[in-house]
Amino acid sequence: MNEFLLIFRRDLQSSEMQPSPEQLQNMMKKWQNWMGGIAARNKLVSSGNRLSNEGKVVKPGDVVTNGPYVEIKELIGGYIMISAESLEEAAEISKGCPILTVGGSVEVRAVIPMGT
Amino acid sequence: MLPHLFRTEYRKIISVLVRHYGFEQLSVAEDIASDTFLIAAETWGIKGLPEHPVAWLYTVAKNKSRDLLRRNAVFNEKLRPALKAELLANPETDIDLSEENIKDSQLQMMFALSDPVLSIESQVALTLRILCGFGIDEIADAFLTNRETINKRLFRGKEKLRTAHIKIGLPAAEEINKRIDAVLTSLYLLFNEGYYSSSQNSVLRKDFCLEAMRLTGLLVENEQTNNPRVDALFALMCFHASRFDARTNENGEIIRYDDQNTELWNDELISTGHYYLNKASRGKELSRFHLEAGIAYWHTTKNDSREKWENILQLYNQLLCISYSPVGALNRTYALSRIYGKQAAILEAEKLGLAKNHLYHVLLGWLYTGVDQDKAKEHLNQALIYAKTETERIGIRKELAQV
Repeated sequence: MNEFLLIFRRDLQSSEMQPSPEQLQNMMKKWQNWMGGIAARNKLVSSGNRLSNEGKVVKPGDVVTNGPYVEIKELIGGYIMISAESLEEAAEISKGCPILTVGGSVEVRAVIPMGT
Repeated sequence: MLPHLFRTEYRKIISVLVRHYGFEQLSVAEDIASDTFLIAAETWGIKGLPEHPVAWLYTVAKNKSRDLLRRNAVFNEKLRPALKAELLANPETDIDLSEENIKDSQLQMMFALSDPVLSIESQVALTLRILCGFGIDEIADAFLTNRETINKRLFRGKEKLRTAHIKIGLPAAEEINKRIDAVLTSLYLLFNEGYYSSSQNSVLRKDFCLEAMRLTGLLVENEQTNNPRVDALFALMCFHASRFDARTNENGEIIRYDDQNTELWNDELISTGHYYLNKASRGKELSRFHLEAGIAYWHTTKNDSREKWENILQLYNQLLCISYSPVGALNRTYALSRIYGKQAAILEAEKLGLAKNHLYHVLLGWLYTGVDQDKAKEHLNQALIYAKTETERIGIRKELAQV
């Protein structure tokens, strides 16, 4: 089994929308079902983290800007780690991710195992 | 009367003696405790029950240990170097069989028997033997194995306790919170051994559960050891135990959840469970015991609503994210079928990768029933191949006959 990092990017505009409590509840259920499905296959390595919209970007020459989103349309919303046989399988699993239903995307990256 | 006293008093006498003499003298403590009951059996058989049987037993145990100290030269030689100074100065030092010391000693024994140097199997076997007073045959029966295996397990465990110089005592306050999880795991396993064992001896299985609850109760009552996880585990046990009588028939075969007679569910245990689950929710902590207690709680609600299964599914989702188990994965899929239907659940089930687990095939057999009878039969036949006990096979054959 290999490990993969799934990075969730959401569309900046949709992340500024104010969903109703019902929509939020519904979205949460979708996320839990999707993650639970991965965990039920014993393929969830880490539930990862959700990231706050707040942030700073540090650039060479003591340049610090507020927020990573000045030049981009998408924002990293969180990540999890899964295990899968191949990049293809990891991508297949990602197809069920609820972020895809709200204009977001999942970036699937293989983790390079550390030498033991 | 005597078997009952054996179950309740044997462990107290041993715990107190070991606390007094240390684990080096575990076998001596076992001898004293066994001898005490032997004498009781003989004496009471002839003279009838004494007025205060428990006090009678304690007196005999005290005298026995004093006699051993005084008279038995071999024992003295072995024990003397290991004894605490104050004991040597005053060999008459009485074994303290006060209620207070009995509770403390048992609590300390629980921590010692859950020491991480012991294998999980040894932990459970030693707990069953020393803290619950179960016989070797009974333990072997529950683990579906033979006397020799259990004897070996116990022997290895005792050796380890001696050679690793495990001290009987409550860990320091700041250590308790860390060490208590091992204790909880071992009690959880003990309970499950009773609840899920395929042993047909249902009286024995119930006893295992009650013993696990009694020991967990000691942790619940003690201020030093009580925390939200302890309460959650206790709540979990109450909810599970409330359905104990409803989940097997007179032959010890499992009755499916949907077919259980809810009249047989024990309301008192259910409300005790509520009380402790509420108490467990006092902090922010959400341990696997909290999640499992939540799942068990929803299973004790009789109204078969969508809300019930939605909650069960979400709790299983969360549980699996922090602690995977094949049974959890299968139960999650069952809950999913109750909300999204059999077709959706079949798709999820087939991804589980548990093709060698008989319960996986039992679940698929059920999911395919009414959807594709041939597939249902196919899976139940597979289940027969992977089933481990005759009780399981009897249950599967019944399902097969109904498809």
